This record gives sequence, structure tokens and C-alpha cells, in this order.
Amino acid sequence: MTAARGGGPEEYVPTRSVVLAGVGGQGTITAANLLASALVAHGYDVKTSEVHGMAQRGGSVISMVRYGSDVASPLVGSGQADALVSTELLETLRNLEFLAPGGKVIGSRTRVDPLPVLQGAVAYPEDAEERLLELVPDSIIVDAAGIAAEAGDARAANTVLLGILSPLLPVGSDEWLDAIERLVPEKALEANRNAFLAGVEIAGRKP
Amino acid sequence: MSVRRLMTGNEAVALGAWHSGAVFASAYPGTPSTEILEFFSEFEGGYAEWAPNEKVALEAAIGACIGGVRALAAMKHVGLNVAADPWFTAPYIGVSGGLVVVSADDPEMHSSQNEQDNRYYAKAAKVPMLEPADSQEAYDLTREAYLMSERFDTPVLLRMTTRVCHSRSMVETREPEKPPAVPYVKDEKKRVMIPGHARLRHPVMVDRLAEMEEFADRFPYQRTEPGAGDSVVVTAGVAYQYVKEAFPGVAILKLAMTNPLPRTLIREFCEQYRDIYVVEELEPFLEEGVAALGLCPRGKESVPRVGELNVDNVRAAFPDLARGTPAPEHLPAVEGLPARPPILCAGCPHRGIMYTLARLKAIIAGDIGCYTLSVLPPLSAHDCQVCMGASITMGHGLEKALELAAGETEEEGLSSHRVVSVLGDSTFFHSGVTGLMEMAYNLGRFTVVILDNRTTAMTGFQHHPGTGSTLQRDPTTTVDIELLARSLGIENVRVVDPYDLEECRTVLSEEMNRDAPSVVISRRACILLDRKARREPYVVLHEACNDCGLCMRIACPALVKRGDEVMILTDSCTGCGVCAQVCKREAIQER
Repeated sequence: MTAARGGGPEEYVPTRSVVLAGVGGQGTITAANLLASALVAHGYDVKTSEVHGMAQRGGSVISMVRYGSDVASPLVGSGQADALVSTELLETLRNLEFLAPGGKVIGSRTRVDPLPVLQGAVAYPEDAEERLLELVPDSIIVDAAGIAAEAGDARAANTVLLGILSPLLPVGSDEWLDAIERLVPEKALEANRNAFLAGVEIAGRKP
Repeated sequence: MSVRRLMTGNEAVALGAWHSGAVFASAYPGTPSTEILEFFSEFEGGYAEWAPNEKVALEAAIGACIGGVRALAAMKHVGLNVAADPWFTAPYIGVSGGLVVVSADDPEMHSSQNEQDNRYYAKAAKVPMLEPADSQEAYDLTREAYLMSERFDTPVLLRMTTRVCHSRSMVETREPEKPPAVPYVKDEKKRVMIPGHARLRHPVMVDRLAEMEEFADRFPYQRTEPGAGDSVVVTAGVAYQYVKEAFPGVAILKLAMTNPLPRTLIREFCEQYRDIYVVEELEPFLEEGVAALGLCPRGKESVPRVGELNVDNVRAAFPDLARGTPAPEHLPAVEGLPARPPILCAGCPHRGIMYTLARLKAIIAGDIGCYTLSVLPPLSAHDCQVCMGASITMGHGLEKALELAAGETEEEGLSSHRVVSVLGDSTFFHSGVTGLMEMAYNLGRFTVVILDNRTTAMTGFQHHPGTGSTLQRDPTTTVDIELLARSLGIENVRVVDPYDLEECRTVLSEEMNRDAPSVVISRRACILLDRKARREPYVVLHEACNDCGLCMRIACPALVKRGDEVMILTDSCTGCGVCAQVCKREAIQER
């Protein structure tokens, strides 16, 4: 309900949306907070949404971030997400409905087996990545945990993905790094900075 | 002093209360309301506490406001059921310092056993109600609620929903208020509700309803947004956001104060339009009110009555209003993907005991907590569950019924000895203690298992009367569950380690077969709380394993079946050793 202020965009910006998906414990909500913080600093009206509760026990987690001049719904509707950022392959497939026509998928190759798979009751879709690329050919799928580990901390996988996402958003690298500094604890700061920059570099290499 | 930043609805409520000068807050944790008190507790100079249950929290808050300060009681929707007794009489007594009660409803049941619509509680108790639509309103309306509470001498219901509690949006704060405490004056006619006094107070409540309605008609947060066309949408809460996005340009009457309904405002605004629509989550609360004015609104005939609303289902409910803004194209949902249900964590102390109970063919009356997850296969270790504390009392009825029905039932071995009630420590303190009295007093002979994991795990590790710590981590008394049970006259009270399956099986089997009431305390701290309890991971010795699959029945996320082979994920395994005890071939060993 509040218009954009501060040093932000002067003209009216229609609402844009990012959906972040993952599994409880993967830091999806922290990543959404980071993204939201950078967007707020840029001057946008921002709303985020997430589900707490049972999701903390290994269930699916979705965080939604919306920004623009005047954001109404905190929830992203089907076909509204300009980007789907996902830390787990199955969750990427599960949330494709949100993707807007022409929207971008940025995901990690990480696989976290849900209980029915651990139990051997059903199979994990081994062809998840191929199916994804068939449905959304320009998806960027990387080994985010591996890249983050090289950057100093495998837990910064989300930050790698945000780095890949960053050129798609009208937020400068400095603003991103400021947001990282604001929200990431001191001891993980360097790894997250490096993870973000590694993501930016990957984005630069992709067509 | 003004702050402008992104915050959740829960944080905004806490800050709104603090900026209103509220200094006393009491709550029992419950999703989606928990963080309200957690945020409030961080303000220096205020007092915040975890109460044993919501009834206690509300009563303590009533006492605080009689004592002259502004007070807050926060709870999830079903918590207000627990607090319903004081809730209905508190408005008879009125307030000195303002009293705001937060009910956080959970449409879609993200983390609840039902999706009741608590707006009816406001109507039934003749209490004014405010419904924020985002964090800014959560802040503003909390502040308005305190003014309203004192103006009309009544508690106020701030009705939140999961989406408002847990979404973040911008909040701009205002200058905080520091109202002085209201001096205590004895006034028993107003505060002691014997029938003679209550009969004097009820007409006051009825009269003030009319005043509150007049106030609601002029309340500045009621928002009228004129539009082109012949249609108007009446809405409240987060549904407003979906309406704005699904039906741009359509006239909207967005209500912030929904009890009593501003009937004049509704009539005057809606009469300017031909077609009236009502869009609200859950029950047709507003719709009934609009219809009672003789207007003919369209609402729940099309708008879902179950689950959360969103832009998609609001648009689909009234496609005529969405002309010009068609639903965006999107990929169809990918079918046949494995579900990802929440599960007991690796190393969870509930696993061993629930597994043992299932093996002993216990008829399990369960309760509200992480352990309820053991209802899912393969553990399948629950038979019934309804609300906080009901495990012991339902078990009591179940045992009596099986005794009464004995001889009439065909099924072999359906003995009342099989009845076991299972509940966690926090749930036991919340509302299990009276159930234990019921069992002891009314000669129940079944077994109660208290899963004492030393915390309120499900909602994020809050302290309770058994942890020895207050919310502020100050040392305090610790309820001794063994002593408490014995003091009720229960002689058989035993403690087991849920990591020791042999002990669990022996003790549970003995107690279930005993012709006397018994309490078994399964004691071990939540593995997420007690990192030091983690041990070296176990490994599967493939030469000894014959893939019998027995270990998979404990549903541990650290145990995986890859092809025909079982393996242990060393990153996840906490070394609890439960799987090793289940294995009959000693194929699972410490590394």
C-alpha cells in the first residue's frame, strides 16, 4: 500500500515476483530475506511470504518475494513468478506452476530424498533435470553446494543462486553485497560474499 | 523515533503493543502466533511470559489490566477455545489498562488441526474486532485496539491469519505512547461476576455495542475505494490484497473493524452499486452481515469456504469482475512427484518409544506435538487425536468403553489394557494434568506416556514449567512430573530412555498389563536442542545385512534404501542407535 521511496525508481513499476523453493533446513527463508533486504534498499515496496510450522521438520518450503511500486498480494499466483530459485531438484519441478511465461529457473542440482523415497516406496525422478530442461529449456542448473563449498561454506548454496539471479533484477552488485553484510553473521560473511560473486560470474557466462 | 522497515505481521503486532505502552504480555506458543510474544519479550522494560496454556495467559492479562497496565494475550485460533471461559466474561468486567487479545487463525491448516473462523468469537462475546490486511495495519490496528479497549471498556480481538502473521511488508512506526498506569480502585460490582453483578453488566455490554457500531461506521481505517462499473466488493483482512490484484479498478469496501459491523457504512457505500460481492477467507461472516441488511451479496456460492484464498481462486470465483485481467498462462503442475511430508528428525527421541508402542499393538490416544507425525506410515503409531491435552482424557473414555464392551465384541484381544495415552511435556503442562487427575480419580487403569523432551519443540523450543527456565532464561522452579503423578495417587511411575528399546519394551509391556494406572516418562532432550547428545554415526555392514527392511520401519531420514541396499547417511545420522537395536542380524554398528 506504500509507494516506493528513497533513492528508488521514480516511474511506476508493476509488481514482479520471485519464488524460492527448497527443503526445511536449506536456508530458503534466509535467502528470501536477503533478496527482500536488497530490494527494499533499492527503494521498492516489498512483500514476502512463507510457511512456518510443519515445514521445519524436513517438509517442502516455499518463500515468495514480490516487489514493485505498490505490491498487493503477498502470495505469488500461478504464472506470476519472473524467477524460480530452488535449492532442490524435486522442489524445482514441484513449483514450476508459479513460473511466468518467459520466467527463469535457477536451481541447484542438489537432491534431498523425501521420506517415501528413503523408504523405497516411490522412486526419486532420476530424470528430474532432463524433465526440467525439457519444460524450461533455458533453466540454469548448477551444483550450488559444490560452488559454495569452494567459496568457503557449502551452506551458502542459496547465495550462489542469488548471485546467478542478480543480473535479472534491477539491483546493483553493491546493493546485494550490502544486504549480505547486513544479514549474514560475521563468521559466514566472507564465504557468502564469495558465493554471491561466483554466482554472478556463472550468470555472466550463460547466454 | 519513527522506523520504516520490512517486518512480519507478528513483529508489527508486538511493536504496536509496545508503542501503545503495553508492558505485560502472556502467551502459550502456537503457530502462527508464537513470534508475537518472542518479539515482545525483547523490549526492555516490559514483562513477557510463556504461560502454561492460553486460558492462563488470558487470565493473567486480565489481572494485569485490572492492575492498571495495558496488556496483551496472544494465541493461535484453537488457543482461544482453551481461553474461551475467561474470554466470554472478560467483557463483562471491562478494563482499566487496555486489553488486546490476538487470535491468529490458520486458514489452510498449515500447522493446525482445524481451520475454525474465530471472528465468531468476537460476535458471540460482543467484543470489538480488528482485522489487519498487512504488517502496517497489524501495527496501526494494534495501536488503535488499545485506544478502543479503553474507550469502550472492553477487551479487543485482533484477528490475524497465518498469511498476515508470517508475511513481511513495510511498516512505518509512529511516536510511541507511554500512558501512566491506571491507579487501582476496588470495584467489586464491576469485577466480581456473581449473578447479581453480571446481570447489571450485560445490559451495559448491549448498550455499548450500539456505540461501537457508530464508531465502526466512522473508523478511519475502514477504506472505501470507489470504482468504475456497477460492482462493489466487500472484503477484510488479507483477502483485500487478493481482490485488489484480481479485480483492478473495481470498487472496494475494505473493512478493518468487522465487529460490530459498520452497517450504515456498508449500506451507504454498497447502495451506489448494482452488484455486491463479498470476498473473505473461511466462513461467510461478512456475507451474513451484508445479507442481513437486505442486500443480496454474492460470496461463498463461488469463493472457497475452505483453505486460504489467493489471487488465482479469487479471480476464478468471479471471472466477470476480472475481465481485462485474465489469469496468466503457466505450465501445468508436474504430476506424480513424490510428496515431501514432514517427518521426525534423525535422532528424535520420540521415534524409539512410538515404534515400541506400535510393536506392542497399543491403541494410542495421541496429542498435539511433533510426535503426532508418527501417525504417518510406516510407524502408523496413532489411533486418535483431537486437541491439546486430549490424549489422557480420550484414553480414559476409550479404556472404559472397551471394558463396557468386553464380551460383546468379536475381535480377539481388544483388551482395554492396550490403551495408551501419549503426549509431550509441554502439552502435559498445558492441559494434560487435569486429565491425569481424571485417570487417577475415576479409577482409570491405562498407561500414560509423557514424552519429556525438555522443551516445546514443535513451535521452536520455548521454555515451559518443566524446563527450569523462564522465557528470559532466568532460573525458576521445575515441575517434577514423577512427584506430581505420585501426588495424584498414581503409584506406578517409571522413567525410560527412548534410545533404549529393550527398556522401553519391558517397561511399557509391564505397565500396559498392570491392573492399575501408570505413568511412563520417556525422557531425553530434543536432538535439535541438545547438540551435545549427538554421537558418531552408525554404518550398515553390508555382508551382514540381508535387506529384510526391518530398520526402514522406524522411518528415520538418515536411513535410505538405494536400490536393494540400505545405507546410513552419515551427515544426518546422530548416532542414537535405535536402528541398530531394531536390526536382528547386528548389521548396523557404531562406526
